[in-house]
Amino acid sequence: MEPLIQVEDLVKIYRLGEVEIPAIRGVSLAIERSEFVAIMGASGSGKSTFMNILGFLDQPTSGQYLLEGMSGERLSRDELAEIRNRKIGFIFQGFNLLSRTSTLENVELPLIYAQVPSSRRKEMVKKSVSAVGLEGREHHLPSQLSGGQQQRVAIARALVNEPSILLADEPTGNLDSKTSEEIMAIFQRLNRDLGITIIMITHESDIASYAKRKILFKDGSVVHDERNVALLAGKERKGNT
Amino acid sequence: MTAFFASLRIAVRALMVNKMRSALTMLGIIIGVGAVIAMIAVGSGAKARIAEQIASMGSNILIVLSGSSTSGGMRFGSGTVPTLTVEDAKAIVNEIPAVRYIAPDLSGVAQVVYGNQNWSTVVHGTYPEVLEIREWPLDSGRSFTQQDLDGATKVCVLGKTVAENLFGGIDPVGQVIRIKKVPFTVVGVLAPKGQSTWGQDQDDTIFVPLTTAQKKLFGTTFPGMVRVITVQAKGPDDVREAEVQITDLLRQRHRLQPNQDNDFSVRNLTEVMASAEQSANVMSLLLGAIASISLIVGGIGIMNIMLVSVTERTREIGIRIAVGAKSRDILFQFLIESLVLSMMGGTLGIAIGVAGTFVLSAITQWPTLFSIQAILLAFLFSGSVGVFFGFYPARKASLLNPIEALRYE
Repeated sequence: MEPLIQVEDLVKIYRLGEVEIPAIRGVSLAIERSEFVAIMGASGSGKSTFMNILGFLDQPTSGQYLLEGMSGERLSRDELAEIRNRKIGFIFQGFNLLSRTSTLENVELPLIYAQVPSSRRKEMVKKSVSAVGLEGREHHLPSQLSGGQQQRVAIARALVNEPSILLADEPTGNLDSKTSEEIMAIFQRLNRDLGITIIMITHESDIASYAKRKILFKDGSVVHDERNVALLAGKERKGNT
Repeated sequence: MTAFFASLRIAVRALMVNKMRSALTMLGIIIGVGAVIAMIAVGSGAKARIAEQIASMGSNILIVLSGSSTSGGMRFGSGTVPTLTVEDAKAIVNEIPAVRYIAPDLSGVAQVVYGNQNWSTVVHGTYPEVLEIREWPLDSGRSFTQQDLDGATKVCVLGKTVAENLFGGIDPVGQVIRIKKVPFTVVGVLAPKGQSTWGQDQDDTIFVPLTTAQKKLFGTTFPGMVRVITVQAKGPDDVREAEVQITDLLRQRHRLQPNQDNDFSVRNLTEVMASAEQSANVMSLLLGAIASISLIVGGIGIMNIMLVSVTERTREIGIRIAVGAKSRDILFQFLIESLVLSMMGGTLGIAIGVAGTFVLSAITQWPTLFSIQAILLAFLFSGSVGVFFGFYPARKASLLNPIEALRYE
């Protein structure tokens, strides 16, 4: 069976006028289903650019990226939007929830764009909200929720369309260490119990240690790729919750 | 449909966030639509009044005026030199089948006295048919008759204004008034007719038999002459034919050579009225056009605010695009928002336009008229303004780059 994500010799060059700035210089890797990958690297190492390409938000300059054998090459803006909608769940450092919009409506958002009928939408939202333990907070606005709760709303939103992968960009960057552990516990549970593939950018090594695999970026290339043997053996690090 | 209601909800919520700003933006549209409604109401009111006046003049009427003759190289205006005779009038009604009635007219301004009251008015010496032609009913008494005409009796019919000024509350019928010092018995009073298209009071008049007018009032230098003959054709289709035949007949009777100008002129009143109506149309169009400019200015206000809104909500747009909103979804979201703004403004504008028109009409006494079509049109127009001026900001939003939009602070 083909890997979930197949990246071959991926290159991304930004052009600022006459100057070419290479952000990714030839990355090749594969990620299987149900992996939990942490991508690390200093700022400017190309990890965010890599993430944007994985999320079909950006296109590589050359090389190939296949998600479930599907390439984003030569796809229109709207076709890319559809792939993001169906296959990818995004979690951001700044939560990126719609303000003045309740938990339910925030979680529902991808389903509206997927044109899921209303009754089915309710059911899926309910399932997703309970998966992150937000029952009882359905009608709260983001401003009435703590940072950790807001991030859980974002996770519920990312999960609601039953995507192939969750892409998390510094998901704990705005959270204290205790809440960060809660979020990581949710990630581990989703990965272990539901088999959801998670790719997470972080620059904190203790957060990265929750993942089963660590990939280190430096100057646009992968310099280190290791599997967490302890975790793979089943001795998962437990969170406080 | 679900997506539409979702977008509608999002739009209303977004507008509620900045209530003051939304209200001020709407104000432009409110004023624009209100002005359009009020101006169209004033324009159609004027048009309706003209139509009413056309009806009050009687239908299918031609007016034959004497004059326009050339004498020693000097041209005289219509009606200045009497060239028409009563015989001409009789020939018109007898020889032209398209003509129903004629009323030759010899008129002049005269001082009228009753008791210690006096009044200056226009006295028309004419035929009894004049009241048929002008579709002018009597309020009381009777008209003068063919016998009065044959006998040149000294009877008269008063217009409402004259009756009121001379008699006040007293019933004038049976009373004797003096016209140019000649005693006349009042036999009837006409129903009020109001102003003519030219603003004249049509009720400020007296009708007497033509023969009496010739003998006792104005018949001096040109005996048997009249200045005006009013002609009524049998139907609307006969007016043109009558006009041509009257011209031919009178040229023949006046023995005019082909190279000579007419010494009379025939005026088609319907055409005169049609041109008056047309100028009223132009006026209401002009008023509407000026009002539309304020509507367009209101539209520019919407565009301005929508552009601000798109910039402010760049991050929100980024989130939506990231989770799968297509360009179309974002475009519709912002289009609906500007549509809600403009349609709400349009609805309020209609209310204010209608109220404003009532106030204007009460203060200035102008006639006004609302039509459902005009209101509907203004409403749809405000909607199109919303779509037109909302499109550019909405398109701008729909084409945002999601990565940059998500990074926007």
